[in-house]
Amino acid sequence: MSDKKLKLGLYWGASCGGCDISTLEIAENILKVIEVADIVLWPCVVDFKYEDVKNYPDGYMDVCLWNGGIRNSETKEIAELIRKKSKVLVAYGACSSFGGIPALANLYTKESIFERAYKTTESTDNPQGILPQTSVKMPEGELHIPEFYGSVYRLNDVVDVDYFMPGCPPTAKQTWSVIQAIVAGKLPPKGSVVGVGDKTVCDECPFEKKTEGVRIERFKRPHLDRPDLTPKPELKNKPQCLLEQGFVCVGSATRSGCEAQCLKANMPCRGCYGPAKDVEDQGSKAAAAIGSLIDTQGNEKRGEEIAAQIVDPVGTFYRFGVSNSLLRRAKI
Amino acid sequence: MFEPKILGIFCNWCSYTGADLAGTARIKYAPNVRIVRVMCSGRVDNNFVLKAFQEGADGVLVAGCHPGDCHYIEGNYKTMGRVPILKEMLKQFGIEPERFRLEWISASEGDRVAEVINSMTEQVRKLGPLNWKSTTDTKDFSHVR
Repeated sequence: MSDKKLKLGLYWGASCGGCDISTLEIAENILKVIEVADIVLWPCVVDFKYEDVKNYPDGYMDVCLWNGGIRNSETKEIAELIRKKSKVLVAYGACSSFGGIPALANLYTKESIFERAYKTTESTDNPQGILPQTSVKMPEGELHIPEFYGSVYRLNDVVDVDYFMPGCPPTAKQTWSVIQAIVAGKLPPKGSVVGVGDKTVCDECPFEKKTEGVRIERFKRPHLDRPDLTPKPELKNKPQCLLEQGFVCVGSATRSGCEAQCLKANMPCRGCYGPAKDVEDQGSKAAAAIGSLIDTQGNEKRGEEIAAQIVDPVGTFYRFGVSNSLLRRAKI
Repeated sequence: MFEPKILGIFCNWCSYTGADLAGTARIKYAPNVRIVRVMCSGRVDNNFVLKAFQEGADGVLVAGCHPGDCHYIEGNYKTMGRVPILKEMLKQFGIEPERFRLEWISASEGDRVAEVINSMTEQVRKLGPLNWKSTTDTKDFSHVR
């Protein structure tokens, strides 16, 4: 990549668009990116048509950062096209790596999602109960729209992915460090998770845990209970770990790299950086760790009552990773 | 008749010894539970249970020492805290709560091993096969790598 400029692409699948915006968080560094790279695809910012991409020779893009999961036949088709046109494909953000927030829909069926979205939402006006069809005959001819899949998939479920860069969204600092690595051609072995640390969020957390004898008698919720933020001399002058205070925090099962941004704002970790290194299923690990802290006192009923205070366990422990979990979706 | 496949995860000190006793006493019980021995029910990670279901088990039975009897003082208290969360998660994933059971069985309760295994087998038989991989297959799974 020495004499000619790097060809860089960014694309979005089933995502909120936040990842695209987050890439701009690198602020004035974006000008440095432009100096060394040509942006050849970025629908959020620059006007490109699918035809333009189709006309690129195979492997034309040196790197494409793909954010968002695979929700319908369109995202899958474009993923396959972009895979062909890119030398290096990076799954950028939690959605492309683990399914992300949209993958919570995997707890529902396609039919129930359609029912809610097109019939029963408070703002829906659809008296004939029309649901989207993949093809419609019109006087002018037949129209086709993409097929909505029954589940949300990760990018690597449909194409070969070179690198994974988790986060919702990845932090500006990590994005910049990865872009620098790309420009310098210093990327790790294929399949690596990039822009992350090797430990858990706890390693970067501003709170400190006690080591012994902590049990949870009641789970607290960040919008209802106030955390105790007073620094404790016995805890290296830091406030006590939020999990130990009873707030459900999945930082202990989550990969580091975000610099514990949420915890620095006194919010428990929600797990957007995905499973910690060598962890297969983030949600199950987090649930096991937190369940073990419940103060059962050897009484099953008491354990059940305390555990029942965790509202929506799958949504809490698998918030960004239903597509990446062992079960991957709810039974139909 | 449908023969369910049930994974049993028994603790070394109480439940597994109890199962041994059931064997030496020649108590007859359903052959549907495949027992794996662990040192303590506190060792049973949620992953073991999820993986069992994912790979084709129709039920999972975890057994440990009675509360207060744990060889490691309170290993089973940890199990006791984890299990209700896991059960709730299984429910959200569409797995009937009856497919997963936590039982306390001591080393002297050989008859209870037989009783628990028989009743669990019948319960899961009634529910039918879970068949995780195919029941979660949607038609788009076919082109998923």
